[in-house]
Amino acid sequence: MKLDELVQHSGEWLRGTGRESDIVISSRVRLARNVASYPFVTRLMDQERSELAGLLRETIEKLAPQLHWTYIDVSALDDLDRQLLVERQLISRELAEAQGPRGVAIDQGEQLSLMILEEDHLRIQVVHSGLELQAAWEQMKRVHALLEEHLTFAFHEQFGYLTACPTNVGTGMRVSVMMHLPALVLTRQIEQLFRSLQKINLAVRGLYGEGSQPVGDFFQISNQVTLGRSEEELLKQVGDVVPTIIQFERKARDFLIKEGYENLLDQVNRAYGILKACRTISSEETLHLLSRVRMGVNMGLIRDVPLGVLNKLIIYTQPAHLQKLQGEELDSAARNVQRARYLRKLLAGEQDELSENN
Amino acid sequence: MKCQKCEQNATFHITELTGGKPVELHLCQKHAREYLQGEGGEPESLSQASEVLAQYLGVGASAEELARLQQTVCPVCGISFYDFRQQGRLGCPHDYEAFGQELEAVLISVHGETRHVGMRPPRGAEDSQELIQVIRLRRQMHQAAAEEAYEKASQLRDEIQRISQQVAQRRHQPPSSQSESPESAS
Ligand SMILES: [Zn+2]
Ligand SMILES: [Zn+2]
Repeated sequence: MKLDELVQHSGEWLRGTGRESDIVISSRVRLARNVASYPFVTRLMDQERSELAGLLRETIEKLAPQLHWTYIDVSALDDLDRQLLVERQLISRELAEAQGPRGVAIDQGEQLSLMILEEDHLRIQVVHSGLELQAAWEQMKRVHALLEEHLTFAFHEQFGYLTACPTNVGTGMRVSVMMHLPALVLTRQIEQLFRSLQKINLAVRGLYGEGSQPVGDFFQISNQVTLGRSEEELLKQVGDVVPTIIQFERKARDFLIKEGYENLLDQVNRAYGILKACRTISSEETLHLLSRVRMGVNMGLIRDVPLGVLNKLIIYTQPAHLQKLQGEELDSAARNVQRARYLRKLLAGEQDELSENN
Repeated sequence: MKCQKCEQNATFHITELTGGKPVELHLCQKHAREYLQGEGGEPESLSQASEVLAQYLGVGASAEELARLQQTVCPVCGISFYDFRQQGRLGCPHDYEAFGQELEAVLISVHGETRHVGMRPPRGAEDSQELIQVIRLRRQMHQAAAEEAYEKASQLRDEIQRISQQVAQRRHQPPSSQSESPESAS
């Protein structure tokens, strides 16, 4: 797989399919694993690191017929390509910025990825569109079992699967759900929700743009504890709370319709209008406005944009994607112009010089 | 050492693992508890909320104990528990053995538990245990090669291969009775 092909189509998890996909964007499960016969990543000597990267790559290639994935040598990529993988959530910023041999295996639909030599030797991740934690977990079990046929993972009778940071030890599992909660933000109930989630040991984090402030009402909810509970219990811990949050969000949306319909309509249409007409726009503003439009679509206030297009725009209006689409490096000002063009093209159907590049 | 928030003695030394550089916090019991429960954080700050994502380590250790922790060293990878506290990352799987006691305090503060339940490798911890020795042998081998003790290096290489092959062969055999009953060990 070449990264230039990657940019031509978007991942399965952005399709806007799956249960509750108006509010739940994606369901994600990841496992942290380490190979028993090597030190953890920070203590690998150069020679060990190359050897281990080779061994893992070999294993990935052996499993390619079953898992339909391709190995990408992240250390051989340029900055822009690494950034592209970060924006697609296929690798972490940490892996992008690390030094030395490292890589990632990605399957065709981008539902499955395996980071090599990040914080742990392996970080296996499965992502599905919508509220599909169980489906993601079933796929994860299959992938994990295949990997365990070829590799012996560091495991301890008492502590379970061993990880470089004790915050991940035991199951090594992080279950998370990316949710879109604009009405809870507008009605100022979101902080209260976060506090109650923290009390039951769930973590919440925002989706970040280029800056450090979370933007766009997208939130990821995940388990904190990885030890002392089984994988099924962790799935249930996160899965159980999601329907309640969905219900809160729907109630807040009903409230907005009942109590402030004109205001709501104004906000949604204003956002849509800007995105369709702008000539230069930052990624923060884009994400903020896309969030409003997405809410409008889900509430039936805007009818001519499919959810999949909006999900795709969230990823494709980010810097590396824009530059890949354009086929050249762009500075921030040029990106803002290019971003506006791309938005107009996808939302207003405007044909311009963009289409010349296909 | 005094607590950073009051005049009490600091009995908790916490390494905050957020972002790139670990930050050391020295707190009394009351303030450590507040900190770990996230009550000190501004609720509107999302990043704060996300950092409650168990990115902290709370370790009860007096300042005098730090010296002792510097001397608790993993025989396989060579890091001390103090190094771990500084960097926030362990050095090798054996650290969970070598720092067992100290780590249990960390695990309690992060997970509220010290015992894994959930998936297990088909053969339990047996293969993992054996392969951890390979880490040490491989390092000895590189050392020997660097010192041009080639005969010793090649002996070590044979030993590594023997262990690795043994484990690889066993992988496809039914598990031994020992690894079938994990509970009997406790
Ligand atoms: Zn204090
Ligand atoms: Zn060690």
